[in-house]
Amino acid sequence: MWWGTKVEDYRREIRDFAERVVAPAGDRMDESGLFEPELLGELRRRQLLCLLCPVEYGGPGYDTLTYAVAVEELSRVCGSTGITVAAANSLGVYPVALFGTPAQREAVLPGTASHGHIISFGLTEPDAGSDAGGTKTTAVRDGDGWLINGSKCFITNPHLAEWIIATAVTRPGQGARGISSFLFHKDTPGFSVGKKENKMGLRGSDTATLHFDSMRLPPDALLGPEGEGFKQFMKTLDGGRISIGAMALGLAQGAYEIAARYARTRRQFGQPIADFQAVQWKLADMGTQIEAARHLVYHSAYLKDRGEPFAKQSAMAKLYASEVGRFCTYQAIQVLGGAGYMSAHRVERHFRDVKLCEIGEGTSEIQRIVIARHILREFEVAVEAAPHAARVSA
Amino acid sequence: MLLTFLPDIPDIEVTTVFESLLTEEQKLLRDTAREFAEKRLYPQAEAFDHAQGVPDDLLKELAELGYFGLTAPEEYGGMAIDQISYALVLEEFSRACAGLAIILSVQNTLVAGALSRFGTDEQKKRWLPRLVAGELGAYALTEPDAGTDAASIQLAAADGGDHYLLNGSKAFITSAGLAKIFLVFARTDPKGGSRGITALIMERDTPGFDVGKPEHKLGIRASDTRAISFTDVRVPKANRLGAEGQGFKIALSQLDYGRLGVAVQSLGIGEAAFAEARKYAKVRHQFGQPIAQFQAIAFKLADMKVKLDAARLLIDRAARKCMAGERFTLEAAEAKLFASEAANWVANEAVQIHGGYGYMKEYPVERYFRDARITEIYEGTSEAQRIVISRAILAED
Repeated sequence: MWWGTKVEDYRREIRDFAERVVAPAGDRMDESGLFEPELLGELRRRQLLCLLCPVEYGGPGYDTLTYAVAVEELSRVCGSTGITVAAANSLGVYPVALFGTPAQREAVLPGTASHGHIISFGLTEPDAGSDAGGTKTTAVRDGDGWLINGSKCFITNPHLAEWIIATAVTRPGQGARGISSFLFHKDTPGFSVGKKENKMGLRGSDTATLHFDSMRLPPDALLGPEGEGFKQFMKTLDGGRISIGAMALGLAQGAYEIAARYARTRRQFGQPIADFQAVQWKLADMGTQIEAARHLVYHSAYLKDRGEPFAKQSAMAKLYASEVGRFCTYQAIQVLGGAGYMSAHRVERHFRDVKLCEIGEGTSEIQRIVIARHILREFEVAVEAAPHAARVSA
Repeated sequence: MLLTFLPDIPDIEVTTVFESLLTEEQKLLRDTAREFAEKRLYPQAEAFDHAQGVPDDLLKELAELGYFGLTAPEEYGGMAIDQISYALVLEEFSRACAGLAIILSVQNTLVAGALSRFGTDEQKKRWLPRLVAGELGAYALTEPDAGTDAASIQLAAADGGDHYLLNGSKAFITSAGLAKIFLVFARTDPKGGSRGITALIMERDTPGFDVGKPEHKLGIRASDTRAISFTDVRVPKANRLGAEGQGFKIALSQLDYGRLGVAVQSLGIGEAAFAEARKYAKVRHQFGQPIAQFQAIAFKLADMKVKLDAARLLIDRAARKCMAGERFTLEAAEAKLFASEAANWVANEAVQIHGGYGYMKEYPVERYFRDARITEIYEGTSEAQRIVISRAILAED
């Protein structure tokens, strides 16, 4: 593997933990709809909630590729654990490490490393989904601080979080340039978390609304410079997409393994169903697509780790891996037949879980917009050379 | 890319194209079913999904309205409606609550249908009025080791003189927890292959018969699904449907009707998902305009419409062939295969159009997505349909 044996060693370590501890909890959490505190404790002890936290703050400071493998392996047995870890790192630790002032990093990051404190990221609003620039939550100057009003929806991990990052409009009428990010403690007066959402899948994962009711924040709650919020979350999501791709990859891999094992043991018409060409080709397509998705996800992580541009690749990785995830979980159910439709086998859960990967952190439609913009930018010269094509970008 | 010239889509009835083909009586049956389904089922469907069942009162009411005897002969209390009418009624129920639709489909098609077609006068007199009046029936074919390969069923029916002695089990039986009357396919000849299978009618309270715990399913959760087991269960020979060894033929020919039913169920789920997606795309604003104005979304809706219309035409063809008294095995398989794949495609895109909301249980597309998935599995997987279709193609000339 071009990504090296160190990553594979780490994969073995995570897989062992995932199969022993996460898998049985995953089955229970889908039913109960609650993320188990014992499992959360295990994730904390193993520093899985702060994989991206730099060493100087006590974190393991893993690179993106190693982190992606961790999310992949956890998701292979439990999507809810995968998304919890992915959100805590990509949407929590990462933006604080990247955009936080030294004081903010010092206040927040050591706690993520030593106590497994979770940072929850609030961007989406009821009327601002794909159009995140349409944020309605407001932050107005209040003395030298800020007064925040509004709400967020579909936010991951808020009940589990110690810290919250939320975006709000500080300069109305300025569109994307009027949005800023704030970092604050969950106990800030005026802040509250709504009830858990009732979701199709990832039912163990914590998803809820955030409410800001005249919430006062000090001036130093601003995460990075004012007006940088939109840019920041675009950057955050570029990285986050790698972990959603890794999550989809893990769910696909998990379903594919169950299907392949089942095909070998399940007998119909006097032979294992794996002997039928139609079943073999399903496995062939699943295996091929998973392999392609893995390369896309790892490659975008590799580019990011090397400090090279990776936004197009991470959007491609997320788009492709999440569609592969749906294809593989769908086909895994098909290979299992009636048994696949029942919860006793994990494939129906993986099928529900992976659907989120085509929606969260930018729908597949948004990924296609992002990718198309990159492509058209690459071909800008061609447009100038061929004026009739200029209409395309109008 | 913006599609600013998109004309306002008129509020069309999805079945407009087919209206002209329908008789007044067929339209009346459909409209009556639609009214009931929209008022009584649709608002409750999420609750049924959550509770994993439907209230007894509702089943009683459906029976009183005649929905348990849609195709049964009139002399036994049925309505004896034609296949087109039946498809129209079942589509309405499927749009509102696919879980309830499969209960009705099993009741009418697989159990009452088999009795009507293969039962003696005495058997029809004995069981059809009870089914029509509201006692639920179950169709017990699948076994843990006999799914797509249904001819390999092992539930043993030993000859006990005036009765058969049943030992073994069945899996994934719809309505098993509620049913009073079971149509059971059992092996009377251990070496007879598909010719060693016999169809038997069994009463629920027969000693030695046991019903398992309800299965937790991905979708159609309003319907009850369980394993059942038989330990020295005595079924009188008078309860045998058709001749000894004729069971597999009965099972298969009844599945032609069942597949048409699942095709219709798929169409209903697909139409419901399409309607929700279309409605949402017109009211949801992002980037300062309804998302229906984006070409990517508008084209998704276009593809949904084409797939659903094609499914409807395949169903219509199969139903008309059936009504003409011809064998419609191939047409039913094609309709089921296409309609079930279309339903899953449409339901997936409907979730996608809803974005984050589509993943939440407050929006019905979340349920349609889960419900649709079964249509490619039961009453013959898509693979089984392809076996039927490819064999028919290859047997020609």
